[in-house]
Amino acid sequence: MRFQLIGVNHKSAPLEVRERLAIPESRLPDTCRELTAYPGIEEGMVISTCNRVEIVAHTTNGHADLRGFLHDHFHLTAAELDAHLYEFREKDAVRHLFRVASSLDSMVVGEAQILGQVKEAYATARAVGAVRGQLDQLFSRAFAVAKRVRSETAVGSSSVSIASVAVELAKKIFGTLEGKTVFIVGAGKMSELAARHLMAHGCASIFVANRTYDRAIGLAQKFNGQAIRFEDLYNTCDRADIVITSTGAPHAIFRREHGEQFLSRRKNRPMFFIDIAVPRDVSPEMGKLDGIFTYDIDDLQQAVSSHVADRRKEAELAEAIITSEVERFEARLQTLDVVPTIVSLQDHLETIRQAEIDRVRGRMGHLTPEQEMAVEALTRGIINKVMHTPITTLKTAAKESEATTVVDVVRRLFNLHDKEAAPPEKKREVETRP
Amino acid sequence: MSLLWLRFALACYFIGLVYAFVAITRTSDLFSRIALHAASLGMVFHFVSLTELFLSGHVVWASVHNGESLLAFLSMSFFMLIYAIYQTTSPGVVVFPVVFFLTFVAALDEQPVLLTQFVSHKGWLAAHIFLIFIGYAALLVSFGASLLYLVQERRLKAKKSASLISFLPALEVIDQIGYRSLLLGFPFMTLGLLTGSVVAISTYGRLDFLDPKILLSVLMWVVYMVMVFTRWNSGWRGRRAAFLATFAFVAALAAWAANYFSAIHRFAAS
Repeated sequence: MRFQLIGVNHKSAPLEVRERLAIPESRLPDTCRELTAYPGIEEGMVISTCNRVEIVAHTTNGHADLRGFLHDHFHLTAAELDAHLYEFREKDAVRHLFRVASSLDSMVVGEAQILGQVKEAYATARAVGAVRGQLDQLFSRAFAVAKRVRSETAVGSSSVSIASVAVELAKKIFGTLEGKTVFIVGAGKMSELAARHLMAHGCASIFVANRTYDRAIGLAQKFNGQAIRFEDLYNTCDRADIVITSTGAPHAIFRREHGEQFLSRRKNRPMFFIDIAVPRDVSPEMGKLDGIFTYDIDDLQQAVSSHVADRRKEAELAEAIITSEVERFEARLQTLDVVPTIVSLQDHLETIRQAEIDRVRGRMGHLTPEQEMAVEALTRGIINKVMHTPITTLKTAAKESEATTVVDVVRRLFNLHDKEAAPPEKKREVETRP
Repeated sequence: MSLLWLRFALACYFIGLVYAFVAITRTSDLFSRIALHAASLGMVFHFVSLTELFLSGHVVWASVHNGESLLAFLSMSFFMLIYAIYQTTSPGVVVFPVVFFLTFVAALDEQPVLLTQFVSHKGWLAAHIFLIFIGYAALLVSFGASLLYLVQERRLKAKKSASLISFLPALEVIDQIGYRSLLLGFPFMTLGLLTGSVVAISTYGRLDFLDPKILLSVLMWVVYMVMVFTRWNSGWRGRRAAFLATFAFVAALAAWAANYFSAIHRFAAS
């Protein structure tokens, strides 16, 4: 297992640093090629999102200079970069990757986007041939682990952002959001986001009112909605089921009398006010009316944080899954590591056996089929007996951490070469045959 | 035999009763499933009991206990109907205890079979009882829904994050359950009272509006109508609707109790 991982994320580096390291999608294939051409790197890939830049590599000896690669690639000095970097090797690298894919390392733990991003990065690197055997195995495992974490824990199930809490509350009031009308009062980033979430859950139409009418028109166009002049606010508002308000008004713009007016016009059907303005746009008095439900920014924040607490519990569960998966992956890799050695050992001895039989065949004269079979059985028996102990030892070693040492010793003792080196040897063996 | 089946049904409803108490304090998916199955099984026993009674040939719906048994069964059917539409067992919190109570009383003892006074109008009488009982069942569910509405409204207003994972369905859904039951029940209740009047007039020649049974029934019907009207006209819900529903429910109970002291509306063997 010669995996190495280096990178920065939202915890290790400020936005300014991440910005400089971010690699645009169009340049990812080139970066992957560059990476695999770097000394000591066999396979490599790059994950670049707004919260992280990570380089994962399978290296020749487990000690490739990934830092050097980053310095060269981004033309940054060690002083500028190194303080923000984290670097993991082997098991730790595997663990980190599993955590990233399972969204445990995300800014919003459990968000689903990251898995898609990792999958894209993987597809890109694979397409240019930067990911082959080892990383291929690592990533397919990582995706399986992410899936397991998602299905066995509730880490990804409940949403945490304020916008999604707003959606959940709206659902508690209205049941379904199909056909509901949203009113954005005061165009802002956050109200836009909340509106987008609500629309995604089925809200049918949208009104936008803003002090500057042009901005209202702009935002309304984005949602295919209708811009409302601020003077008409109180006349239109009762047509909305959900009102997202975030004006910069110094006093509440929705007061009790407005609420009473709305309710009587909409025959007391409930209204949900999401008040994300500071100071608040909805007076507390209005919130006391039957049928008016007001959540201000603090209420929403509180709902979010209680979710975060739930999530932390689930995250612990997820970490346990990751730990067991890392161990499983390691064990599997190590078993896989000894398999080529066993195969070449068997090949090697079989070649010797064949060569020896061929060599003495001339001296034995004509053999009956029974005699032929007896010779086969005899030689095969000897080989199998001889090989028995080394193979058992290899298999046992595979499950422990000493696998590499044992593999090394066996290879040296029997003068086994890597697959790439095997063909010439085979040729030589064949040539020795008469 | 009919009584035996009814007692089996009662045992099943008991599980529903326990569920009703547990559900108030916490949410348990498993338990609500168990309660649902127990209730369904109870209904099967109950149905067998009612069928046997019917087949015995001398069915006396107008006896208190048989009436209670029928009312319990109809209420339960209503609950199941709501479950089929909304996939929620929460109205059970109100319906289960009432059903249990009615079944419990009905299962106490076998009643001697007596003929009622209205021998000549059996058909009208049966219609009256069926219609009015469906009306009662609808009123019960509507009353339960209005109480649940209040609970859910309070939870949402309290802004506790726990309100996000409460066992109750969404506010609008509870509201719909209540309103639809109300709408469905109203014609039954009205027709039930009309058929009752027909029976009374044909028996006594006139309607005595001062009789407590008739007085309370009319009162109940008026409150029922006010509920439907305020809801339809100005969408009253929440506290005001719950107040009216409670009033109607109490009136219904009083009208039921009036059986014991009304001169004209007496059950056989009660």
